[in-house]
This record gives sequence, structure tokens and C-alpha cells, in this order.
Amino acid sequence: MNETSRDAFDQALDTRIIRGRSLYVDAWHRLLKNRAAVAALFVLGLMVALVIIGPMLSQWDHEIPDWDNYSTPPSLETGHLFGTDALGRDLFVRTLVGGQISLLVGLVATLVSLIIGISYGAVAGYFGGRVDNLMMRAVDAIYAMPFMFFVILLMVIFGRNIFLIFVAIGAINWLDMARIVRGQTLSLKNKDFVEAARACGATEMQIIRRHIVPNLLGVVIVYVTLTIPQVILVESFLSFLGLGVQEPLTSWGALVNEGAQELETAPWSLFFPAGFLAATLFAFNFLGDGLRDALDPKDRL
Amino acid sequence: MRAPVLQVRDLSVHFRVESGGLFRRQRHVVRAVDRVSFDVHAAETLGIVGESGCGKSTLARAILGLVRAHSGSAVWLGEDLVGLSEEQMRIKRREIQLIFQDPQGSLDPRMTVGDIVAEPLRTFYPSMSRLQVRERVQGIMKLVGLLPDQINRYPHEFSGGQCQRIGIARALVVNPRLVVCDEPVSALDVSIQAQIVNLLKDLQKKLQLSLIFIAHDLSVVRHVSDRVMVMYLGKVMEVADRDSIYLRPRHPYTRALIESVPIPDPVKERARARRSLEGDIPSPLNPPSGCVFHGRCPFAIEQCRREEPGLETLDSGNQVACLRHRELPEDAADEDRN
Repeated sequence: MNETSRDAFDQALDTRIIRGRSLYVDAWHRLLKNRAAVAALFVLGLMVALVIIGPMLSQWDHEIPDWDNYSTPPSLETGHLFGTDALGRDLFVRTLVGGQISLLVGLVATLVSLIIGISYGAVAGYFGGRVDNLMMRAVDAIYAMPFMFFVILLMVIFGRNIFLIFVAIGAINWLDMARIVRGQTLSLKNKDFVEAARACGATEMQIIRRHIVPNLLGVVIVYVTLTIPQVILVESFLSFLGLGVQEPLTSWGALVNEGAQELETAPWSLFFPAGFLAATLFAFNFLGDGLRDALDPKDRL
Repeated sequence: MRAPVLQVRDLSVHFRVESGGLFRRQRHVVRAVDRVSFDVHAAETLGIVGESGCGKSTLARAILGLVRAHSGSAVWLGEDLVGLSEEQMRIKRREIQLIFQDPQGSLDPRMTVGDIVAEPLRTFYPSMSRLQVRERVQGIMKLVGLLPDQINRYPHEFSGGQCQRIGIARALVVNPRLVVCDEPVSALDVSIQAQIVNLLKDLQKKLQLSLIFIAHDLSVVRHVSDRVMVMYLGKVMEVADRDSIYLRPRHPYTRALIESVPIPDPVKERARARRSLEGDIPSPLNPPSGCVFHGRCPFAIEQCRREEPGLETLDSGNQVACLRHRELPEDAADEDRN
């Protein structure tokens, strides 16, 4: 290497600007290194694709019975991969259609509770004092309202609608989230780095967004992985009471419920929806664990 | 002499403390900082010393408006900071920055070093382009002795000393005029302390910074300060230039503090008569009447119990708050310790 090119090289080295990476890009890379999480992600992706595309590809419909086959076990000959129920409806299609509802309820209701819960809890915890007192007493008041009464009230006022289930579940679930987030925020806001951010000229909202919320994620994600199954189960409970999805539409919870009643005569009608439900919940749990680890920079693998 | 950049007059910070249960609640007022006055000049270092709980850190936070001052004024370049609104104060923090005691705790564990150092730029100069921010961040990191390619690391991957460098980089990235250092080296190993202190001195010279250097370690303060202010129970006991404080301390409390520093020679250390301070710091909830130091002062007389000494300016320009400072015997300077 001659002198001039060496100088140029040094200069290039000196003015080289290193690209910054954010926590989220880092977290994504770390998540991809976690095999269980990647497998969970794969399972969930497959599940979502299957419940969306599956019913379109099948020759059967989720509400029209196959008059020749009532309560038949799974078989390739009849074309009913998961068998049929007592009314002769194809269980494969019903499981997938039920999956659409269950996943939708699980994700939307959780998302609603997540967004409301985090912002509400973080604001209450961060500002503290009178604001906190007022906001959390409001939570207590809503908490004291009986859930079923609330749902029935909604149904009476707005009529029966699948979106009301999202609203109802979301409206109740964010309370827990808000409490958890508030508690965490209370301990976070006294940390030195929050004061450092204030000294750096950050506004209160910037502090909540940049410092409080990212530091809450670990706890929140664990709670979310518990919430999704819970929401799916609450939905099936509502359906069982006749307040949730109505026949001929179905959900995993409703299918499991029906299947359980026919366990002795038609065990397949329990196993398939239950298997799908369990696989999905497993995947959410593994993904949640993976996300929690990935978002904590201290826990490098 | 030019006008000081920061002129603090009679600054008080009071905290309301509530004790007892829901009923029979009692309210107390803690005067964490009580009528403190001092000046900071351009490119000067003012050291502030005192035992834990004497209000040093509260004073630092009050100057930045992180805690509200109860009364008094802090005039920064001709403008009083005490009356400012939250938003006006926020903008002033571009000129006055803070370095924290806990190097690791003051850095957000979920932010990369690059983001941490860039934060003041993002809040004060939101229009700055990403490239400009990165350039400035990497420049300042080089200046404080960090490698620019460490920007994607997280705080937990660094040692305490390096974390403090990150804290210094964050404070200096917006080019402030005054940096308040709240015990910046107390949490570090002695060998690292020297590095950080020298780095601060070095940067002060390069950037013409004014520093307020808070510490409880007298030898560190002596090393960095031009002038030293001694605080006790939220009040100023003595303000003097560095050499006067260490060689001819006027206030009995300052004397006691300086005497408590061990001599790094075991023979002499054993030989000297040690007059250590007796008793504990009185509760700030219920401070003594008169001179707050009278309970522990070996020279206290009846008058000290009743009359509160004001801060008196001596011929040398130094200030001392003691009723008896003229009558006290001159202390023979302990050269060995210095």
C-alpha cells in the first residue's frame, strides 16, 4: 500500500459513520436466534394461513350439512378429514372457521386491552399523586361491575354482534393490564435514568414513550401470553351462555364445548379443535417467552 | 472580575413530609436547602462538599429545576431560573446539564449507547438529521474516550467508569455552559476516579465549561475545584478559594472535615491527635436553633444556641457563617495531608 492510498484509507476509517441500531431491530435478531420462539412463530403463521385459506379450499361449507354423513369419524373416503359432527357438518372446515373467530377475538381483544392498559397505567403511574388516585379509583369502579351484567347490557343495547365480544372482553381486560403497568411504572419513574431524561430536556410524554414503556415490555409480554388464552376461553364461555358467537358460526371454545358432550360417541369432535387450541396457546407462550428474553438486552444468548 | 454565569441567592428547597396514618396525619417541612447563596463564574469549578444528607444533591437538582425551589433566586446569565415555567426550564437545560452519581443507573438499560448520547440532541434539536446526530454523537464519544463503534452496545456491557464517560458524553453533546456533577466519582474505584476527574478537568479546559462539582471526598474536590463551598444541614457554612479552605479553614465544621481526612503516612497518622466530630447530623425535620452546627461544635458557646450566624464576607472575599470565627485559634496547616 503506498502512502497516499493509506492516508485515504485512514481518512475513510475516521469519517466512517456507524449505523445505529434500535432496541427493536436488536430484539428481532435475538428472537430469530431462539429456536423455540422461531418454531412458535412458524406454527402461528401456519395457523393463521390455514384458518384463512383452508375453508376456501375445502369442498365443504361450515354450515351446510353433508346429508350422507352424520357423526362420521375422520376418513379420506368421505372427504371429511376431521370427521363430521352430529348434524353432518364437516369438522375440518368448522375447526378452521372457529379458529378465525378465536384468533380474532384473542388478538383484537388483547390488542385493545394492551393499548388502553399500557397508556392508562403508564400515565397514572408516572404522574402519580392525585391523577393516579383518580384514575385508579375509576379502574376499581369498573372492576366492581359484574362482567356478565356488562355483556348482557351491551347485547341488549346494541344487539348481538361479534364485535361486541371484542369490545366487552377488551373493556374488562385492560383493567388488569393497567394495574400491572401502573405498578411497574411507579417503580420505574424513580430510577435515575428517568431523571436523566428530564435533565436532557425530554418532555413527560417523551419520557413515558421512550423510557417507561420499553422498560415495561418484559412484564407486559408475559401478561399478554396469559391474556390471549384467557380471552379465547372467555369467548367460549360467552358462546356457551348464548352471548357469544351463534350457530352456525363457531369458535374453538364452542367446538370444544360441543365435542366434550359427545366425547364417548364421537371423540374426534373434541380432539381436533382442542388440539388446534392447545397448539396455538403453546405457540403464544413460547413466543411470549422468546419476546421477553429478546427485549431484554441483558439476557443475551 | 466578570459577572458570574450563575448567581444563586437565598435559594431554599422545602419538602413537605407527611407522617402518621390516614388519621392524625402530621405535616412537617424539611428545609433540604436553606437560603443558600453562591456564584459560579465562567470556566470555573465550584466544589460543594458536605456529609450525606446535607442537601448537596437537592441543590443540584434545584438549579436544573428538577425539584422546585421554594424561594430565592438562581440567576442564569441574567435570567432567574426559579420563576420559569416547566417548558421554559426544559429549554434552559440545554445550557445546564447534569452528571449523575450512579453511572449505570442513570443510563436506560434498554437503550443503546448511541441512543442515550443522542437523547439531548433529539429533544433539543428535533430537526437535526439522523446523519448529523450520528456524527455529533460519535465525535463526542471520541472526545470522552469511548470508541465510536460502541454505539450499538448496551450500558450493561460497560464498566462503571465507561458508563460515567457515557453520562459525560450525554451531558456534553448539546454543548452546555454549566455542568453540574452530582458526586460523579463516588461510585467508582479510586483508580477510575482519577481518570474521570482528569477527563472532566480536561474537557472543562477544552470547552470552557463551568462546573459545579459535588462530592463528599475532600481530596477529589481539592483536585478539581477553584473554589469550595461547605454545606451542613442545608446551609452554607463556608465558601472560600481552594487553598484557603484546605490550608486555613475558618469554620469549625470545615476544620473537622479536613481533619477527618487521613494522612497517607501511617507514622504521622498515628502520631496526630485526632479530633473527630462527635454525634450525628441532627434530624433535618427538627433542626437545632441558632447555628445548626452548635451541637457538634467544640467551640460552641451559649450565643451559638440562640443566634443564627449569617454568611459573612471576609476581606479575602471568602465567606464564612460562624459567630466566633475571629476568635478561633489559627489552625496550623497540615501540609502532610495535602
